[in-house]
Amino acid sequence: MLQLKKLTKTYRTGDKALQDVTLSIPKGQVLALIGPSGAGKSTLIRCINRLVEPTSGSVILDDTDVTALGSGALRKMRRKMGMIFQEYALVERLTVMENVLSGRLGYVGFWRSFLRKYPQSDVDEAFRLLDRVGLLAMADKRADELSGGQRQRVGIARALIQNPRLLLVDEPTASLDPKTSRQIMRLICELCAERDLAAVINIHDVALAQMFVERIVGLKAGELAFDGKPTEMSDDVLTTIYGEEDWHATIRNVDDEDTDAEELVQ
Amino acid sequence: MPVSTHVNGAKIWQLRNRNQTLSRWAGYLAAVAIFMWCWQRISEATTWFFVWDAPRIAADIGSRAWPPRWSYMDKLWGPLWDTLNMATLSTVLALFMAVPVAFLAARNTTPSALFVRPVALFIIVATRSINSLIWALLLVAIIGPGVFAGLMAIAFRSIGFCAKLLYEAIEEIDEKQVEAITATGASRWQVVAYGIVPQIMPAFAGISVFRWDINIRESTVLGLVGAGGIGLQLQSSLNTLAWPQVTLILIVILLAVIVGEWVSAKVRGAIM
Repeated sequence: MLQLKKLTKTYRTGDKALQDVTLSIPKGQVLALIGPSGAGKSTLIRCINRLVEPTSGSVILDDTDVTALGSGALRKMRRKMGMIFQEYALVERLTVMENVLSGRLGYVGFWRSFLRKYPQSDVDEAFRLLDRVGLLAMADKRADELSGGQRQRVGIARALIQNPRLLLVDEPTASLDPKTSRQIMRLICELCAERDLAAVINIHDVALAQMFVERIVGLKAGELAFDGKPTEMSDDVLTTIYGEEDWHATIRNVDDEDTDAEELVQ
Repeated sequence: MPVSTHVNGAKIWQLRNRNQTLSRWAGYLAAVAIFMWCWQRISEATTWFFVWDAPRIAADIGSRAWPPRWSYMDKLWGPLWDTLNMATLSTVLALFMAVPVAFLAARNTTPSALFVRPVALFIIVATRSINSLIWALLLVAIIGPGVFAGLMAIAFRSIGFCAKLLYEAIEEIDEKQVEAITATGASRWQVVAYGIVPQIMPAFAGISVFRWDINIRESTVLGLVGAGGIGLQLQSSLNTLAWPQVTLILIVILLAVIVGEWVSAKVRGAIM
């Protein structure tokens, strides 16, 4: 469904963030992108919705070449790609409801959105999604009153109300505590399964990625360094991606069942 | 080097070494010398007789100016109302003109950093550098004396101030929020309305009341050059040496300014 062909990004400073990345993601697949800081993970997902303009190569979503689109068509295409951010990137001074509805901006005209006159169907969907992520009671709160985990749930609802085909997720758990991290990852993966969404998730926490996703791709200095199942992750693979270190404690023994105390509380 | 090694091997640290200390003292010495020289020049150019005489003259005017002529208040309500209106309307007018200028001047929203931004910055500098009294002199000559000239004078003077503070606020926004709104497929104007405007609203409200507060003070003097408001009364009272009226006008201006400052402090406190 999503294909990246020889995607390359060279920044004006000469830094090569991405080099000939070729990747194919089928419908409904959740993929984790790992790699050291500066390996080009953020650049990669921003090249997909062209928040960062790729230098060469192409991004093909459902047979449309995203990199060839003009600005109007690009906006229509961005509606199909929901994005979830590291520090939530909510509009802090707007309410939760306004933040969720802002996911519909690509579908409504300027004045409707400016006057907050969204179609009733959008409002219904917003309430449904808030209920799904467990924040129905918070609809009228301002975004900056929420905790980190709650904000990220709003971010997820904002991405999903776009009715996307693909989720681009940039370090969703980097500023959350371990338990909230798991809950957020679980929520994202469940929602992807419910809606048959494909997702690209940038993540630093290798064990967390192994716990939830079906495919892991490793980036190193802008190039693909690993592509495989979570069970194929080994000390050697991590050493090629990140460099020499004792990886034993980092990798999750995949045979373990989820028996952590935290999971039971959920 | 502030770090040196003592003969016994211990490391010594000083904030400055000897040369730095000496040059600092030379600097202080030069500053004192310049100050003394300037003092001497000013002293030569001063007619000290008038200065020694000043307390007596001040006491004389003071005794004539007290008590204020309270009955004159009847004639002040109108001009006072004009003054407040002048301040308020000019602030509103200035904000209407300042907002587009600010968006054109901010590095992250300007359509062209090469061509449009310098023009916007020039508007800001030009309106800021001309005092509202000078604007008023010009406008009184162009559109005739009265409140309207004063209103326009203050409005022009305020554009630069408001636009400058506002464009700095725009440049300091959190770009991640803008990025997130862009990623939803929002149009340019929607990105401005959702990603930028909510972030600059507190700054905008703060700037508005702050400038309104300043404009109350400005509008009280514009009458001196014929641009309406309470300054007109002040000038005619000064011309006729009606000191008790002058006292009353000064008290009224002081009260108006205090009220303005109080309101603006309250509003700004409520936003933060």
